[in-house]
Amino acid sequence: MAIENIKTSKGWADQDHVPGLKSELLELNMGPQHPATHGVLRLVLLTDGEVVYKVTPVMGYLHRCAEKIAEGVNYKQWVVYTDRFDYLSPMTCNHAYVTALEKVMQQEVPERAEHIRIVVSELSRMASHLIALATFGLDMGAWTPLLYCFREREVILDLLERISGGRMLYNYMVPGGVRYDVPKDNWASDVIDFITMIENKKLKDYNELLSFNKIFIGRLANVAVIDPQTAIDYGCTGPVLRGSGVKFDCRKDDPYSLYHKFDFEIPVGMGEKGTVGDCWDRYMVRVREIEQSCRIIRQALESLPDGPYQAIELKKIVKAPAGAAYSRVESAKGELGHYIIADGGQTAFRNKVRSPSFCNLQVMEKVGVGLMISDLVALIGSLDIVLGEIDR
Amino acid sequence: MQILTDLILKIPGADGMSDLVMHIICAAIMATLMFIVMALCALIFTWMERKVAGFLQSRYGPMRTGRWHGWAQAIADMLKILAKEDIIPRDADRGLYVFAPILVMLGSLLAWAAIPWAPGFVAADLDLGLMYIFAVSSMAVVGILMAGWASNNKWALYGAARGAAQMISYEVPLALATIPVVMYTGSLNTQDIVIAQQGGMLNWFIFRDPFLFVAFFMYFIAGIAETNRGPFDMPETESELVAGYHTEYTGMRFAFFFLAEYANLFLIALIAVMIFLGGWWAPIPFLDFLPPALTFIIKGVMMVFLNMWVRWTLPRVRVDQLMHLCWKVMIPVTLICVIGSGIWMMVSGQAG
Repeated sequence: MAIENIKTSKGWADQDHVPGLKSELLELNMGPQHPATHGVLRLVLLTDGEVVYKVTPVMGYLHRCAEKIAEGVNYKQWVVYTDRFDYLSPMTCNHAYVTALEKVMQQEVPERAEHIRIVVSELSRMASHLIALATFGLDMGAWTPLLYCFREREVILDLLERISGGRMLYNYMVPGGVRYDVPKDNWASDVIDFITMIENKKLKDYNELLSFNKIFIGRLANVAVIDPQTAIDYGCTGPVLRGSGVKFDCRKDDPYSLYHKFDFEIPVGMGEKGTVGDCWDRYMVRVREIEQSCRIIRQALESLPDGPYQAIELKKIVKAPAGAAYSRVESAKGELGHYIIADGGQTAFRNKVRSPSFCNLQVMEKVGVGLMISDLVALIGSLDIVLGEIDR
Repeated sequence: MQILTDLILKIPGADGMSDLVMHIICAAIMATLMFIVMALCALIFTWMERKVAGFLQSRYGPMRTGRWHGWAQAIADMLKILAKEDIIPRDADRGLYVFAPILVMLGSLLAWAAIPWAPGFVAADLDLGLMYIFAVSSMAVVGILMAGWASNNKWALYGAARGAAQMISYEVPLALATIPVVMYTGSLNTQDIVIAQQGGMLNWFIFRDPFLFVAFFMYFIAGIAETNRGPFDMPETESELVAGYHTEYTGMRFAFFFLAEYANLFLIALIAVMIFLGGWWAPIPFLDFLPPALTFIIKGVMMVFLNMWVRWTLPRVRVDQLMHLCWKVMIPVTLICVIGSGIWMMVSGQAG
């Protein structure tokens, strides 16, 4: 109600209340060095007191020419660059690239490799969502959940280190499989132990501490509502789209890998505490997705088949026949797509990345209008952007 | 003060001093003592806050500096902050910029004067003690506003505007919550208030009547807001306003704000102990052997712990929700407490 008034009226600051004394909107520069912008995002705000009139996201502070580099390095070497897109869930980024690459190369992947890929991708998704919860709590002024979520993420990093050798940037997936097999030292059962702990105990803790906290709900319910049509119009994907009540998930609606084999649900925002598509819905979708990821991991590990984990010998250079392919996966942030044009050589002619954070961020220009500065921080937190992916 | 005067008189040649000189010397000693205690408190509480935060967040907090649980961390930080360059932004309003931290500090320092540590041991034994405390501690608002304005930084200005609105608003329920106590005591003198709670826990004002019980919690909430700490840390809101009103401050000037925050934290806790929790009186006769000042400080530290617990558990409220809470919930409730306590006094025959 209030927001509509702000959008239509000229606002307090635009009117001359005292004759001869002019008042104007305040231009405020939020970022690129600002604790709430999750990296180096810069927002140019036009504010009237606490209320924001105009938001203009300015990007490019983390631009590393990754897509151009793809034209210079060979296919396999570029896997390391995908790690650095969404550095909070690099496995899904790896996955997105190798699926597209395998489509171009027409490369089959062994079933065991697909299972391992799904397990590590879902672990990565959980790690990313844990950080999303943690930093979102931090944006809302709750410090303690940050440490709790990081504690659990640490276990995931340990697990992924054991399978891939890296803690943060894995470079784990290769065209036609994964780099290493599942370690022999009870890795699978450790993963099962971990997800059991998350399901039975930790999620309850988070919900008690943060999700159903009265102040937290008061801050988020009915705030920065993205209605379903807007979400679709702006090309939002992932938890942002599902938070608006649109049931779309690449794992279900455009199954890749072996996701069609597994039984899981797609949580959507239902407006339990306010309107469908408010910040709380987007937050809660992530909490519920952690639960679903646990389910997928359990199924994938329990049905882990024997066999090779790579289709082809690890060679330094792979070649792809001339052609083009687009492939998308559901990364932690949304639909992550790679469009590869191959010219028959060792490098891609062109590699275009459709990054979910970039599209999700655009909605801010529309939804951010009329919010208070504190709510804008909530909006940024609930979009869960990663600047490495936006700027590439 | 009497103890101090006697001590000074024992010094050879002190007999001939006029009353005025004696008074000034006493006041200077007392002020120095208060300043040292306050600085010490700030040091101890910064360390304590880190340990409490660590405890609540399933980690240790500082462990290295000084070997035993990082006890020297606060001292090391203080030394570091002293060595920092003192930056004044080019376009800042220099006068205000320099004066603001002093004013904030002064506000809490002056208020400390009227705290009754033990029977007869109070720096300024004022008849209007409680009112004096609230009056001088509201000076901090001016300091915060000055700091935000003088910094020539938009975020600092936002922090200052929020801080001013918040602190002025929450002074109302803070003061209102203490009025029932004043009604019971019939005096604003801080010593009298504590003396009126003599005789075991049930004589503490918090347990005198149900309205006072509610008033205590109102005081506690308003106290958190008054000290600008989470969940009401609007002037700082590090995730929204960078660092609020002290964004541009560095080195010792920043340390002044920091010191004032922790001094205020302890001050508000001590006032709560003084007016609701029996001041220096031990809760049960068994503990009477403890020195009164120690009892008083222990209670104060427990209140501070409660404050830290709240800070490290709850998310922050939004600025409009904060105002809503103050004007639409807390002020009516405290007003009801005042009226209810008055009626309770009449009915139970305790009216003075």
